[in-house]
Amino acid sequence: MNLTSYFMEATYLVASILFILSLKKMSHPETARKGMFLAEAGMFAAIVGTLVGTHIVTWTWIIAGLAVGSIIGGWMAVSVPMTAMPQRTALSHAFGALAAALVGVGEFVVKGAEMGAVTRSALGFEVMLGALTTTGSLIAAGKLQGVIGGKPIQFRGQNAANLIVGLSMVSSFILFCIHPEMIAAFYTMLGVAFVFGVMLVIPIGSADMPVVMSLLNSYAGLAAAATGFVLSNNVLIIAGTLDGFSGFILSVLMCKAMNRSITNVLFGGFGAVIAEASSNAGGVMREISLDDAAMQLAFANRVIFVPGYGLATAQAQHAVRELGELLESRGVTVKYAIHPVAGRMPGHMNVLLAEANVPYSSLYEMEQINPEFSSTDVAVVIGANDVVNPDARDNPKSLIAGMPILEVDHAKSVIVLKRGQGRGFSGLENPLFFKPCTSMLYGDAKSSLSHLAQAVQHV
Amino acid sequence: MMNPAVLIASVYVFALAAFLGYQVISRVPPLLHTPLMSATNAISGISLIGSLVLAGSAGYPELAHILGFVAVTTATINVVGGFGITDRMLKMFGKRKVETKEAAK
Repeated sequence: MNLTSYFMEATYLVASILFILSLKKMSHPETARKGMFLAEAGMFAAIVGTLVGTHIVTWTWIIAGLAVGSIIGGWMAVSVPMTAMPQRTALSHAFGALAAALVGVGEFVVKGAEMGAVTRSALGFEVMLGALTTTGSLIAAGKLQGVIGGKPIQFRGQNAANLIVGLSMVSSFILFCIHPEMIAAFYTMLGVAFVFGVMLVIPIGSADMPVVMSLLNSYAGLAAAATGFVLSNNVLIIAGTLDGFSGFILSVLMCKAMNRSITNVLFGGFGAVIAEASSNAGGVMREISLDDAAMQLAFANRVIFVPGYGLATAQAQHAVRELGELLESRGVTVKYAIHPVAGRMPGHMNVLLAEANVPYSSLYEMEQINPEFSSTDVAVVIGANDVVNPDARDNPKSLIAGMPILEVDHAKSVIVLKRGQGRGFSGLENPLFFKPCTSMLYGDAKSSLSHLAQAVQHV
Repeated sequence: MMNPAVLIASVYVFALAAFLGYQVISRVPPLLHTPLMSATNAISGISLIGSLVLAGSAGYPELAHILGFVAVTTATINVVGGFGITDRMLKMFGKRKVETKEAAK
């Protein structure tokens, strides 16, 4: 080893330490931003170290790639709105996974012949996970962006078809590990993995997206970690593993928040049985006028806002903050209740409300806020549905039975802001809407909220 | 052929990183889960260093360089875009505090 290689390894060590420190600083919103500077410094060091320590002859491709990537990445960083964060994140899972898969293919092209069985299996993992995450994430991004319909795409024998595709992917992987001379096995695995990624994500509905996003996050990280095994590069292993485990922890949390197992989300076919299971709810939904709603809010002591995905689609985060501040100036205690799976990715609602300047000290997690609903005058549900569905608690036959919910029906009065009388994304009927304490305020959430604010001012 | 000692060392690194990652990440509050995801994403853009080697190393065929170029591009998008967006989000979580402090002065 010469001096430059030692320098390169040193930068990798520094980068690894800085990455871990930066995630440690993520434990608090006050320190998180400083933490990210550490990670950026670590990344920069590792890139410089690599360019110095590797014998590089062709700079054209490197400079071109860095330039194009920086332009696109920089453009995304400044221009993507916070409401589009889920699809942006899905897209970046696709990019990360594609980079890992391509590095794997490149390694195979260059050194495939001389690889041992262990390296080949690591390479197989890298390429397989990378490829299926790439297409899976692209489908997820398409669904979130609305390019592909959000409804689950299902057909007869789907699970059997998935099984066949999955098995052929695994068997070509095994074949590739045992028979290094079979180049076709490698490329078959690559192609089938691309198809498998699509098949994994198309049957999953929009409401389950938080789980899918976390899982894809995990796969993308593990693909990067496998790259580290192939290249014997520790910083790749560490960074990839951190990403992989972060995604894994989030998947477990999201599944817990829906009381479902990961296999159930992936293969459950959530939309299929709905027609028969949600017939018992009935009665009349009571509509409320803007002025009555404003009156209730203005004379309340405690108000809790419960945002859901509808807040994001209506871009109503600023309108809710304005209404909240107005109420606070009248002496009303205003809090926000955030369900772990509200929105389309973990923490989605928190980011939107933070964008609108709602202080994070007013945002409450489910366990903290649930005991407070009984002493709350008005709970305002904004475009949330399943996360406030009392059927999850009361009806053991419900499809979402056992899912922990925000117990808004314990509040003295509930106002539900909703676009129309239709069902939510999951297609389930929601008995909350028929309760005597509940009244419905139809219309676009953003305009409803700003009209409410105007009406409150005139009270 | 991979040296067994190297493989064992790699498995150690993987296991320790997994353990450490679990400890560190389970302390991140749900409030910051979106920035967490985008931050770990940017960090795993470290595949960039593998891509750089592929795109520019001596003695590699042109196909490897081209694959490397695409990989460098997508990894750079993740690093630049990921860190940029994470910072934008985290700035929002911090700013209210600063404003109220200034107002108090």
